[in-house]
Amino acid sequence: MSTATPIETKPAPPPSDKLKVRVNGKEVEVPKTTPDPVSGKPLPTTMIQACFIAKVEVPHYCYHPKLPVSGNCRMCLVEFGTPAIGPDRKPILNPDGTPKIAKAPRPAIACATPLSPGMEIYTDTPTVKLMRAGVLEFLLINHPLDCPICDQAGECKLQEYSVDYGQSESRFVEAKVHKPKRVDLGPRIVLDDERCILCTRCIRFTRDIVGDDALGIVNRGSHNTLTAYPGRAFDNNYTLNTVDICPVGALTSKDFRFQMRVWFLKETKSLCTSCATGCNTVIGSREEKIYRYEPRENNAVNGSWMCDHGRLNYKWIGREDRLREVCSPQSTALSPQSAVLSPAERWAVAVRGIAEKLKHAPAGSVAMIVSARQTNEEIYLLAKLARALGALTDSVPRILEGDRLLLSADRNPNSTGARLAGIAADPMGANLPKIAEGIRSGHIRTLIVLGEDVTRHGIGADLLGKLETLIASDILPNETTRLAHYLLPGCAHAEKRGTFTSTKGRVQKFMKAVEPPGDARPEWEFLRELASQVTGQAGAASIEGLFNQMAGEVPGFHGLTWSGLGDTGATATI
Amino acid sequence: MIVKRKQLNLWERLYLPAVIGGFKVTLRHFFRKKVTMQYPEERWVVPEGYRGAPYLVKDQDGNTKCVSCQLCEFVCPPKAIRITPPGSTGPGADRSNAEKMPREFEINMLRCIFCGFCQEVCPEEAIFLMKDYSLNGTSRAEMIYNKEKLLALGGVHNDPIRKWKHKADEARSQGMEP
Ligand code: SF4
Ligand code: SF4
Ligand code: FES
Repeated sequence: MSTATPIETKPAPPPSDKLKVRVNGKEVEVPKTTPDPVSGKPLPTTMIQACFIAKVEVPHYCYHPKLPVSGNCRMCLVEFGTPAIGPDRKPILNPDGTPKIAKAPRPAIACATPLSPGMEIYTDTPTVKLMRAGVLEFLLINHPLDCPICDQAGECKLQEYSVDYGQSESRFVEAKVHKPKRVDLGPRIVLDDERCILCTRCIRFTRDIVGDDALGIVNRGSHNTLTAYPGRAFDNNYTLNTVDICPVGALTSKDFRFQMRVWFLKETKSLCTSCATGCNTVIGSREEKIYRYEPRENNAVNGSWMCDHGRLNYKWIGREDRLREVCSPQSTALSPQSAVLSPAERWAVAVRGIAEKLKHAPAGSVAMIVSARQTNEEIYLLAKLARALGALTDSVPRILEGDRLLLSADRNPNSTGARLAGIAADPMGANLPKIAEGIRSGHIRTLIVLGEDVTRHGIGADLLGKLETLIASDILPNETTRLAHYLLPGCAHAEKRGTFTSTKGRVQKFMKAVEPPGDARPEWEFLRELASQVTGQAGAASIEGLFNQMAGEVPGFHGLTWSGLGDTGATATI
Repeated sequence: MIVKRKQLNLWERLYLPAVIGGFKVTLRHFFRKKVTMQYPEERWVVPEGYRGAPYLVKDQDGNTKCVSCQLCEFVCPPKAIRITPPGSTGPGADRSNAEKMPREFEINMLRCIFCGFCQEVCPEEAIFLMKDYSLNGTSRAEMIYNKEKLLALGGVHNDPIRKWKHKADEARSQGMEP
């Protein structure tokens, strides 16, 4: 053992690191300590955590499992008791031998009260219900009650607990205290101070999680007002998380402001594609239109957060100029004017045409540039095709600046997948000049491009013009798709299913939220048809089957199954 | 199932008694008070509480009352209502402290079943089922009433509460910009 090692070597956990408490009469065993959400230091487990383990709901506003405890809203008040101790310091027993419980004379806030062995917590007594109703009434005395114009309506804790503990009529007859409305807190956030219940979740989040001490409360008593530090904007890359954790409608997103009522939104489990971290998201969509992304809890990846950059990067999916048609200037059946064929027939003609070309292409005359924004399955199919054709392949690296919280410097969502499947060169992008050279020398005659505009990565329009066949699939039009001999409209991740591998090797799946426009189809579907026509091996026809097939063939994914990924993914060997 | 035809007896087969019976009914009604109304020249008086077509109203100060909360759109059983929320670029609300009002508000009168749920759910008293029962048009598109048309048909509602005005006044009296 090195002497330099600090005393961090953990002793074997003593047998007594659990304790038993009762929640509403039900015995639960809970850990004695729980790591602090920010520093990771062990802190005594609290009553609210025990209730959570016992699956008993305790209404709360200021407590958030990922933030330091503040204990200011008082909504979580519960009654409790501890084993009674006699004058001889021995527990007093009931006649039946069980320890006698001395009920505490006053309630306690469950979020900040540590447990003690044998403690009993009561959350459903009439007193507790009265206390909740009382706290709620106090929280609402100065509240503007403007739910009809509040974006939080439908997912507001004040509304939810009012249904449970609120009164239908206000007893408050005095004038309400008015505070600033529509405060421009920063580039992405609007604050309504009248709605704020002063729980300080937002303050703790930005101070303790982001490390940007930007918010605070000023003024006294019922004039308490949340505000940003004077003269500066609340503009770090994580501000929109405060909109999620604000239990009321005080902090709202400028982007989502008055766009759609939340109860219309269909929620689809998805992933963020804006960097290699792979934050888990929920897509909110209504009638094939995406309205917002929200983070989805995954403690192995993003906790409960996501960055503003990724959250707002969705508008391109609904753009008017999306590629909608399978077309090929080389085939009369697929010229943009010909409307005789159905979309399915157009796809069949295109895939057959491409397969014919590829089958007759001499070995080594094909190259592929596959975006590391494509899914594992798509990259796997192309890698298979590339092996059959002896093709030179690569992906385009996207390295920018990352940050210390979530945003990764690698802005491709699936660089790891591209590496595992063997599509990307090592280092990624190293083959791009070789491909350019190959085209220049006339040695590469067919180029397959998926999801990249290669004219911006060293293979200009002049080089593309030299190709015999340029096959491009993309979502939005660009210089490459304009020059393509076969143009295959693809899908955004929100329009298909698939998996990405994060920078840390987490393989995670995402679900389909909206329909793709026009002819556009998930790339894996037509790539599978193409691969089977070229190689003669059928391959799995469903995304589940395809993933499992890939897991069998690509060493990094060995042992994984589609169903085994669950909602939060599994780790690949990288 | 086969139903056996009943054998008619002699009296029934005589035919005339049945004809006379029919004429008796006709004659009885002939001398009664007439109930037929010469619609559309003549119209009936619509009773209070009648549930006719839903329209949008303005308040006595001429402000659109609807704040685009979309509760009626949500509650409407046949999905007759379609609201386009203002978003961040839409028209500002007539009463600035109400912050929002719909960019577009459409009711498809062909779908509406005149149930009144929209009126009941509206937290702003902005939509009412009025007394119009005869809605017609020459195309389906014409039967989708837009915001402009609904407001014109709805007219003014004398709101005794005037929530937003009250809020604004209270805020101003405390030196706050409402
Ligand atoms: S703005 Fe929201 S999160 Fe921040 S203190 Fe107020 S209620 Fe809490
Ligand atoms: S009356 Fe009923 S059916 Fe007609 S718009 Fe209102 S809620 Fe819909
Ligand atoms: S949740 Fe415990 S005091 Fe707020």
